Amino acid sequence: MHDVTLIVNGVPRHARVPARRLLSDFLRHDLGLTGTHVGCEHGVCGACTVLLDGQPVRACLTFAVSVSGQEVTTVEGLARDGQPSAVQRGFAECHGLQCGFCTPGFLTTATAFLRDNPAPSDEDVIEAVSGNLCRCTGYQNIVKSVHRAAELLAEEGP
Amino acid sequence: MKPPSFVYHAPATVAEAVEALAAAGADGKVLAGGQSLIPLMNMRLAAPGHLVDINHVAGLAGITAEPGGVRVGALARHAEVEASETAHAAQPLVRRALRLVAHPAVRNRGTTVGSIVHADPAAEMPAVLALLDGSVRVRGAEGERDIPAAEFFTGPMESSLRTGELAVSVFFPSSEGGTAIVEMARRHGDYAMAGVAALVAPDHARVACLSVGAVPVVVDVTEAEGDWRRAARLVQEQIDPEADIHATADYRRHLTGVLTERALKAAADA
Repeated sequence: MHDVTLIVNGVPRHARVPARRLLSDFLRHDLGLTGTHVGCEHGVCGACTVLLDGQPVRACLTFAVSVSGQEVTTVEGLARDGQPSAVQRGFAECHGLQCGFCTPGFLTTATAFLRDNPAPSDEDVIEAVSGNLCRCTGYQNIVKSVHRAAELLAEEGP
Repeated sequence: MKPPSFVYHAPATVAEAVEALAAAGADGKVLAGGQSLIPLMNMRLAAPGHLVDINHVAGLAGITAEPGGVRVGALARHAEVEASETAHAAQPLVRRALRLVAHPAVRNRGTTVGSIVHADPAAEMPAVLALLDGSVRVRGAEGERDIPAAEFFTGPMESSLRTGELAVSVFFPSSEGGTAIVEMARRHGDYAMAGVAALVAPDHARVACLSVGAVPVVVDVTEAEGDWRRAARLVQEQIDPEADIHATADYRRHLTGVLTERALKAAADA
């Protein structure tokens, strides 16, 4: 067993887990943060995407023990002061989700993407979300949502 | 599924990592980015008894210009190599090829050296290393050695890395002349059904093909003398693709011909 401490959404969280504990299961089972969803569990669907030191990674392809001490942002950490973030509002306004299973992965991915590329083209957005699967929306509204989120972020200012 | 259990080692130095690998023997595996290894473990296609995690080893993350090329350390993530101006200045093919590797989230964690050591004949970076005649630097109990790409890839997912050895870096040589890489995948970011990396230099031309053999298939097409359609035929004669659910062998051969011509044209114009 290994002691793992992560800064999750700004708060230090600790658990003692076996080495084989995936970051996705560490968040869900050990910390009770079930916002991160587990779809395929082999890196294809992107539902489990979280931000590791600010960068999107597959939580199902990361061992918790290997990233001990690092910062993780999950979908639970996107809202500010109880208000949905610009990215979350963009998805809500543009119907960027239906069943919601894939949504945590899209939200974390889009959050990091718009931070690095605040005024993206259609092509940029499609490339950015190409590693996330959604079986409901047909993606059109997801692309719209990301563009809408970019507008909302621009309105919010720095 | 969940990965099988293993004994976890977190060495702080290359020497400790090599020691842990030697002690684990054939039951040991190196964990760097884990983007190929962990899916295999989750699907229970691999069950190493010992994982030697090199993520905490100092001095392995460098991307350094060296005379005649660029050296990429074992902990440099694909995304870092892709963004590196040092790597791009030395060998622009590296960035172009990395943009075809999986998806951004996988590239944020996966390492370029790891992808090469994994030696998947369908992957881009082994083909790039083979095309450029690069090398892999490995460290073992007996010291360090450089393995040329032509000797490194020995079969599908197999390399001449010995038990107890750690790949510490790879070297991508600069090239005179133009380079290009093109591939065809069912979906962007998936493994390519076929792909071709090409190099056209003033006095020679060659290609490296992916997904059409047990290792990246390098074919010298200098004799085509700029007739890239003829070069495509030469390549088609030398490959022995296999069929799978995504493409028949004939279709792979056809695609490789088309892509060879496109890649060589693009490299000649680059």
